[in-house]
Amino acid sequence: MHPAFSVIFLTTLIGVGQGLFLALVTGQTYAAVKIVPMQDPVTFFAWGSLVSLLFLAAGLLASFFHLGHPERAWRAASQWRTSWLSREVIVLPLMMAAAFAYGLLHYFGIDPVIWTSPEGTSLSLTLAVGLAGSVVAFALFVCTGMIYAAIRFLQEWATPLTVINYILLGGASGFTLAAAFAAWTAPELVRFFGGWAVIITVLAAGSRTASLVRNARLKPKSNLQTAIGVRHTRIVQKAQGAMGGSFNTREFFHGAPQAVFQAVKWTFLVLVFPVPLALLWAGMDGADRGLLAAAFAVQYVGLLAERWFFFAQANHPQNLYYQAA
Amino acid sequence: MTQLALVIDLNVCVGCHACVTSCKEWNTSGPAGYMSDDNPYGKDPTGTFFNRVQTFEVGAFPMTETVHFPKSCLHCEDAPCVPVCPTGASHKRAEDGIVLVDYDKCIGCKYCSWACPYGARELDEHQKVMKKCTLCVDRIYDESLPESERKPACVLACPTNARLFGDIHDPESEVSVAIREEGGYQLMPEWGTRPANHYLPRRKTRMHIHEDELQRADNPLKKEERLPRGPVTEPTLDDSTSW
Repeated sequence: MHPAFSVIFLTTLIGVGQGLFLALVTGQTYAAVKIVPMQDPVTFFAWGSLVSLLFLAAGLLASFFHLGHPERAWRAASQWRTSWLSREVIVLPLMMAAAFAYGLLHYFGIDPVIWTSPEGTSLSLTLAVGLAGSVVAFALFVCTGMIYAAIRFLQEWATPLTVINYILLGGASGFTLAAAFAAWTAPELVRFFGGWAVIITVLAAGSRTASLVRNARLKPKSNLQTAIGVRHTRIVQKAQGAMGGSFNTREFFHGAPQAVFQAVKWTFLVLVFPVPLALLWAGMDGADRGLLAAAFAVQYVGLLAERWFFFAQANHPQNLYYQAA
Repeated sequence: MTQLALVIDLNVCVGCHACVTSCKEWNTSGPAGYMSDDNPYGKDPTGTFFNRVQTFEVGAFPMTETVHFPKSCLHCEDAPCVPVCPTGASHKRAEDGIVLVDYDKCIGCKYCSWACPYGARELDEHQKVMKKCTLCVDRIYDESLPESERKPACVLACPTNARLFGDIHDPESEVSVAIREEGGYQLMPEWGTRPANHYLPRRKTRMHIHEDELQRADNPLKKEERLPRGPVTEPTLDDSTSW
């Protein structure tokens, strides 16, 4: 498939936004059961939600560049019964609303206790909104992943690993950003978020490697024989129905040389996993702002390469009809 | 239930592209708007087509065979491009099974083209909406046309009658009979999309000559020459005597 930068930015940016939101709620949940100290609602939670919201909004903005008719985008909410894309169109604004509400409640300090357990653990309004928002964040990861995993013709994508990768890679970048954000606003939580970022990054390395191994062993379900229905082992395409290119030759081929394709794979494998892990490890000691910010920046650049590779690697069966492309 | 479809006979398609040009001519002039064409006479021509004819060479020289392969939307009975559409622009008509795109609802997200294993959908680079074969839906029901012309433009244009059009759910229709009796098949059946359009395979008419056809069984001397007979003056078998 041809990797479109609009979709690369959409999926990576909202992944960071969702991951950061999940990190904030995780921090508040741990604080509610008094494992970590509670942070300032404004400097940490409200501004953190704003950062998350900005990433989600930037992703939404990027998505419009993918559309031929962005002015009709509202129509995309109508087919949620059958289309994962339609579901994402509904859940992304919900996610933004949740991040907005979470930040706003923290900013204005509207945080009444709505339930207290017999042991004395209290559930406040902001935490309830945060937990509901977390469900939405996971739903959005599932929608985004299923857009790709639901297309059975693209065998590289049609696997549960696609959804798992979206969750873990988005979560890793969000928690890494949370560690860097905490270096400025809540230094005592740097180790907490950094530790989670390390764990999620390691898990993501496992699942992404698993999908690479799976895809390397894939057997294409279709071949030229079934594509044109002629049973012969040697079929050569002589003409593809157009002298120049067509939508079919542009949309479904990445067009990069094999060396570039391989280089992007190794680039993302280095930039998403080992380098940020090393920077996180080094930066957590003494909450080094520079190192933690670099960890996030490097991982995000790596994720751009990861997403490019994700699209480029998918081989569409229609390409069988364009052997000469 | 009606499922309109094309049946394309690869045995007689000569690859002349008359279906391609007549399709473009009819549909670029239609009420749904033009079909883009960029640099039609220049370098790198590109444009939107509902139908294309590809050519494949089967076998190794000198045992090769050229197969011309017209390719358009197959109007799948289980069309995978329809449920993925987020706006409902891509739909399958209940009354005749034609898969259509509502150009006023399409947002140009290209998701349906990803969900079509046949590459039958093309985004119009100028109108920014997804386009595909409509089976000339604006012509096949047009009662101002004589009934014989209420067929897709490609079918009417084909000089070798390689394109048949009809209802594949009617067992006695021309297309159903052709599929049943001429070995009609579907493309990429492994995906379970149940394409409505079928293709008829190459069929060879071969002469089979058996040994006993070369050597007459009733030839007592196993020699190809006139039978021996007596002098003409003698009586013949017709006179009930032997010679």
